[in-house]
Amino acid sequence: MNFSKRMLLGLVGASVLASAPLTALAEDWQPRKPIDFVIMAGAGGGADQIARFIQSVAEQKDLTTRPLVPNNKGGGSGAEALIHVSTANDPDHTILVTLNSFFTTPLRQENLGIDIQTFTPVAMMGVDPFVLWVHKDSGITTLDEYVAKVQEMGGEYVMGGTGAGQEDSIVIAFMSEAYGLDINYIPYDGGGAVAKDLAGQQIMATVNNPAEAKGFYEAGDFVPLLAFSDERMPAYPDVPTLKEMGHDFSYYNQRAVVGAPGMSDEAAAYYQDLFTTIYESEEWQGYLASESLSPLWMDAAEQRDYWALQVDNHKSLLAALGE
Amino acid sequence: MRVGELITAGFLALLSIYLMWKSAELPIGYISGTGPGGGAWPFWLSAIMLVCCGFTAFNWWQGTTPASQSEDPVLDSHGWRSLIFVGGGIIVFVALISIISMYGAIAIFLFYYMWFLGRHGLALSLSMALITPIALFFFFEGAMRITMPSGLPFTDPVFNILYEIIY
Amino acid sequence: MTEVLSLLGDGMLLSLQPLNLMMIMIGVTVGLFIGAMPGLGSVNGVAILLPVTFLVPPGSAIIFLAAIYYGAMYGGAVSSVTLGIPGASTAVATTFDGRPLALKGRASLALVTAALASFIGGTVANILFTLFAPLLASVALSFGPPEVFALMLLAFATFVGLGGDDIPKTIFSICFGLTLGAVGFDQISGAPRLVLFEYNGFLQGIGFLVLAIGVYGIGEMLWTIDQTRGDITSTTPKMTVKGMATDAKEATKRGWKGTAIGSFLGFFVGILPAAGATPGSLMSYGVAKMVSRNPEEFGKGSVDGVAAPEAANNSASTGSMLPMLTLGIPGSPTTAILLGGMVIWGLVPGPRLFVDEQEFVWGLIGSFYISNAAALLINLAFIPVFIWMLRMPFTILAPMIFVLSIVGGYAATRDMFDIWLIVGFGIGAFFLRKFDYPLAPAVLAIVLGPIAEPTLRQSLLLSSGDPAIFFTRPVAGPITIIAIILILLPGLKLIRRKMGAHSKKPAQ
Repeated sequence: MNFSKRMLLGLVGASVLASAPLTALAEDWQPRKPIDFVIMAGAGGGADQIARFIQSVAEQKDLTTRPLVPNNKGGGSGAEALIHVSTANDPDHTILVTLNSFFTTPLRQENLGIDIQTFTPVAMMGVDPFVLWVHKDSGITTLDEYVAKVQEMGGEYVMGGTGAGQEDSIVIAFMSEAYGLDINYIPYDGGGAVAKDLAGQQIMATVNNPAEAKGFYEAGDFVPLLAFSDERMPAYPDVPTLKEMGHDFSYYNQRAVVGAPGMSDEAAAYYQDLFTTIYESEEWQGYLASESLSPLWMDAAEQRDYWALQVDNHKSLLAALGE
Repeated sequence: MRVGELITAGFLALLSIYLMWKSAELPIGYISGTGPGGGAWPFWLSAIMLVCCGFTAFNWWQGTTPASQSEDPVLDSHGWRSLIFVGGGIIVFVALISIISMYGAIAIFLFYYMWFLGRHGLALSLSMALITPIALFFFFEGAMRITMPSGLPFTDPVFNILYEIIY
Repeated sequence: MTEVLSLLGDGMLLSLQPLNLMMIMIGVTVGLFIGAMPGLGSVNGVAILLPVTFLVPPGSAIIFLAAIYYGAMYGGAVSSVTLGIPGASTAVATTFDGRPLALKGRASLALVTAALASFIGGTVANILFTLFAPLLASVALSFGPPEVFALMLLAFATFVGLGGDDIPKTIFSICFGLTLGAVGFDQISGAPRLVLFEYNGFLQGIGFLVLAIGVYGIGEMLWTIDQTRGDITSTTPKMTVKGMATDAKEATKRGWKGTAIGSFLGFFVGILPAAGATPGSLMSYGVAKMVSRNPEEFGKGSVDGVAAPEAANNSASTGSMLPMLTLGIPGSPTTAILLGGMVIWGLVPGPRLFVDEQEFVWGLIGSFYISNAAALLINLAFIPVFIWMLRMPFTILAPMIFVLSIVGGYAATRDMFDIWLIVGFGIGAFFLRKFDYPLAPAVLAIVLGPIAEPTLRQSLLLSSGDPAIFFTRPVAGPITIIAIILILLPGLKLIRRKMGAHSKKPAQ
């Protein structure tokens, strides 16, 4: 009983302390509960790494009065996360780290009834480009050699990627279309598994994000052949882009933070401020550079336009995939 | 037990058929060049489940399983009582989580179980029912940073104070 | 090699500095309780800790992480033995014999065995790691989808013998677990699958913990209450130092074989990124039963049956660090989060890490050695506390187990839907238990199914639909053949027995 009495005293003391800052900041919205920081992917993937990095920066700089609590909901290619966030009973304390399945999953699974325009734009932290990688033992060093090799193998050329009807298969499908390639595509459950099987030469090529393949690239195991970015990437200056090759196509995975549908304007403003601070931090800028992410800063209105544009793009890309 | 075993097998057979039917929404055949379709794995496994239920029914008919030879009721009156009081208690507990928060529901469930079912003293039951959720709150929310459901909005003032303490 | 040893020594010495040693003690203790809580595991421990690692020097941060990691691994056995709920999929096999021992009043023997076996498993893994890391990395890479599927087949083969006597019910249970594992989403075609009753909650699939907590935390408890009419007279004796020494002696005598099997087998399965510690501990249990001189003891409280999976899961968890450190590939969710941590600390995970950041790598391994030893001591010190918990009146222990099941279940998935599933599975399991359906095979199948199915289909995609791929590849071939023989063996035995029984019948 002694214990609970002390607790009670603690409660009273704390509530006195608590009321002071709350009244002082009455007009500025502050989170009152831990923030449900939903991640649209399982633990360990690229999106998860980014979310945990963001959380660490917020923690280290003490940016929030309540912690960001990472919550991995990667099931159903992000459907789980979208449902969780759109039905959140406290939209002011629920935010989501997205990738492109934010666009593709509602398109592919219309019965979910998710309209992404109801979500609240918070921040575009950057976009992750795609690069075509082969193993060094394949002897391929240029795109021409690669195209020749794939055509020679006639449907036996094996590539791996994350999921089906998602980012990797979209990129591969476009490339196959552009160069008339017949590729045997194997879906995996994550970028790490794809990179591992390329390293073990179980598969012949991948379109991993640079962050996923960087370690093997630096060890000399992986050879980059082609970038799917708008311009050549600073970390890979010798790698040509698909655009240079005369195909008007670039593809990025978005690393954006969005708020739950129905979030109040005050809360949205709070999170927009918070993530602007994180975006501008030295740590995040360093992360963008070291992991070869491209900056693509947008304000809230621009983000909504970007979403609409991406939904249209993905509609035609998925249609081309036959989905 | 004798009737119960057959009913269980029948129920599981229905479940297997439902799972087979549901799996068949995706291709269940062997697609040449790519291997089995998306529904094949669960479909054929459910088919094996159905066959197993058939074998169980056969064994029941032959009287080779212990249950099929037993004339005891599946649950006697004591069994039914404990299932309803304990199982029902758990269901109410889980239903309460969405209303009065995880911690509130724990307190009520513990008190109910210890005082009503366990016939412990009022003092012991009450103190356990209060200390446990508080300890769990500090463990999960404070140390592990896992947010439990806080129920309907009327619990907010309490949680706001508690969060003020731990963060 | 001498350089490696000196770096390793530095790592150990660093761990032994007073401040770091204190961090190890705290880390192990915290980890022990996190691991003992059903639903929580080393993932949670490492995840909450990661942001904190900014605040302390990286060296100490790594040591703290290693300590939590080891503590949580030891803790997994605690909930398996005392509560009967496997806190993590790696500890399922520990319940098979740990729980019966506890019910016989030998919980302390089970816990001491688990602690000693874990320590030996961890140490063996650390030594193998130190000696052969680069070599083993290439072994890990040679395992593509066909090899992993073959390994899963082998894991299934070892647990064909684990079910009850009722063959159709055992097979039903296996298939049921495998089918539940397929719920949610088809990875290969990217289409939703088995969204039961069109309810969106099933899109996320059914997790291992949901089934395990439902079956063991709710179903088994309801069954026990029904069976014992609610009054269990606890026979668990008090713990004394002398009693623990006797237990330790008995554990060594009766559990050395299981420990040896688990330590090596667990490590080799654990280093394969796609497989991990669960198949490792399961296969060790199966092999220990196969080679045991009294296999009939298994499932009824065999010491070897506790030692084998515990040695294996500790050894495999250490082994799963290997692909992370040598290749930059996460072998488990915990190592995935650690990888994220390495990026935050400014390291580049990948094959170069092992060469360029020797100080980090060997410092980490050095702290593994120390953390493992510390975890053993702290775990032994806490055993009396866990035993004391078991001595609580059943009417206090039972509601506590229910509460921990629900809270732990929520903590694992953070979804109310899963809590309802847990309750549903629990009540279903209660009735199935009444009719002698073995449920452990279903619980294990739900772990192995989601590894087996995608690798099966990936392999067939690789071979353009030709199943010969499982027999012609140099590594996959032998494994597949052994697995098939093992699967057919009990069937053949059974047919022989049945024939024998039939020929006897007329004589009666």
